[in-house]
Amino acid sequence: MAEAFESVYRVLGKDFSNAGRVSTSIKDTLKRLGVSPAVVRRVAIVSYEAEMNLVMYAIGGKMSLSVSRDAVTLNVDDGGPGIPDISLAMQEGYSTATAEMREMGFGAGMGLPNIKKNADEFNISSEVGRGTRLFIRVVQTQVS
Amino acid sequence: MAQYQHSLRFDPDRCDGCMSCMRACPTAAVRVRKGHAVKLADRCIDCGECIRVCPRAAIVPLTDQMADLSKFEYRVAIPSPALYAQLDSEVFPGIIFSALKQCGFDYVESASPACDAVTIATEIFLNEYRGQYPLISSFCPTVVRLLQVKYPEMVDQLLPVLAPREVSARDAKLRISRETGLPLERIGAVYITPCPAKIVAILEHPGMQRSYLDAAVSICDLFQTLAAAVSHVQESEYKIDAVESASGLSWAFLGKFPRSLPAENTLSVAGLPNVIRILDDIEKGRLRKYRYIECHACPEGCVGGCLTVENPYLARGKAIKLQQNLPAGCSVDRQQVEAAYRKKEFLMDENLAARPLRPLDEDISRAILKMKERDRIISDLPRIDCGACGAPSCRAFAEDVVLGEADKASCIFFWQRDLADRIEQLANLVRIQKQSTGGLS
Repeated sequence: MAEAFESVYRVLGKDFSNAGRVSTSIKDTLKRLGVSPAVVRRVAIVSYEAEMNLVMYAIGGKMSLSVSRDAVTLNVDDGGPGIPDISLAMQEGYSTATAEMREMGFGAGMGLPNIKKNADEFNISSEVGRGTRLFIRVVQTQVS
Repeated sequence: MAQYQHSLRFDPDRCDGCMSCMRACPTAAVRVRKGHAVKLADRCIDCGECIRVCPRAAIVPLTDQMADLSKFEYRVAIPSPALYAQLDSEVFPGIIFSALKQCGFDYVESASPACDAVTIATEIFLNEYRGQYPLISSFCPTVVRLLQVKYPEMVDQLLPVLAPREVSARDAKLRISRETGLPLERIGAVYITPCPAKIVAILEHPGMQRSYLDAAVSICDLFQTLAAAVSHVQESEYKIDAVESASGLSWAFLGKFPRSLPAENTLSVAGLPNVIRILDDIEKGRLRKYRYIECHACPEGCVGGCLTVENPYLARGKAIKLQQNLPAGCSVDRQQVEAAYRKKEFLMDENLAARPLRPLDEDISRAILKMKERDRIISDLPRIDCGACGAPSCRAFAEDVVLGEADKASCIFFWQRDLADRIEQLANLVRIQKQSTGGLS
């Protein structure tokens, strides 16, 4: 088993003034580890979208980062309302954002599609009333 | 890795290790070791925040002095538009031109034509650009270096258009050489600079094979002589103030982005903490709908440079007032600029290279181990960022320890706890010994 750096971050729901801090922190960690700039950028986008989903819809949750020589993985867990129709939620432009969220510039319906686009592996499972889980993996193409 | 050129020097004779600069540094590039501030060269982006806060003037900008300029046969002053905002708004650019000549310059080049030309070039570039948005302005050398060091994956979003100061220097030198017959290398183009970062831009010429500027004298060094000279300018010289235009002067402060772009697609940001927040947002993919973001490291833009003399807010006010008395139109011919643009006269001739900060280890597996060790050390520290160890935060200190650049015992909290532990161990030993000797002693 390759050595991995692991870290767990808590995200508070509706805490818009701190929203985005976790993804900034994840990004800084990857840079200090010497992860390639292209991977850092993809993870930055993925983690930010996931973080904003936790803030806006899930009333908070947990993001677990794991970095190994081969890949960066992110597990996102929340105990939020869940997604009734995942295939609909994965469509570009589909959004359940409130008018208030849209006023703040969110809710373009690109969050989950963006995560999928930037991940090498992506898995989503959700249960209404229980919460949603995301598994995201970005492979490091570093030559060793 | 090639050494970075820098534009400031820490003077150990003046520094008393007060840590003001260490706390102010936005890239955590200062440590206090053995009672003196030292700079971590690969982290420093020459923003000059340390110069602003140092109470003992121990941080010396490496700008040129007027005496250094005697090596040039012919000296051209290239004033930063911020210079005009340092004096009263009644002091028109024409007066400052005369005064600069009294200070020892042979010629003064107007800033406005290059500013206006670069604005047009930027508009053309933006219209034809099909890459990743937003583009980020590259006129502030500190912003360029910040991207190279901390946002290496975004350097290709820096606008590859030459800064007006370079265009001014190039055009002035060519013209003077033509008119006087002097070879280009004997003409010195001297930037009158509001900040030390321009020195680095001259030495390292990012995106260019070489800089057209040869030296930079700071506004604050020149100010006293200049102000005295202004009072001696003859009234007959007052009226030559068509030398600068209102649009050229607007480069001195925040908000100069090409007016032809719709405002909802552009942003203007000034002050390093704000610039960092915006760059973080760009990195997360948040600002893709913006086409162009103008970034200045200093508050309010160049008028807030750390080598100026006037308060940046007053300076901005003066510049705006002065603008009202200057010609409003564009100082250059648009078609000529377009033709020159097609000949690539306004574009950088080299790629801007990323220069990412060295990670904890070049090998990622070892970096992971070091990161774990760093976090273990952090959990032992008080996490109040007191700075007494000489590092700006507990986190930076823990990294220094992992990298072998600091000793854990220089944390006074750790040291105190360690000492208390040892005293207790010693006390226990003594107790045990007393018990075993039956308390005879």
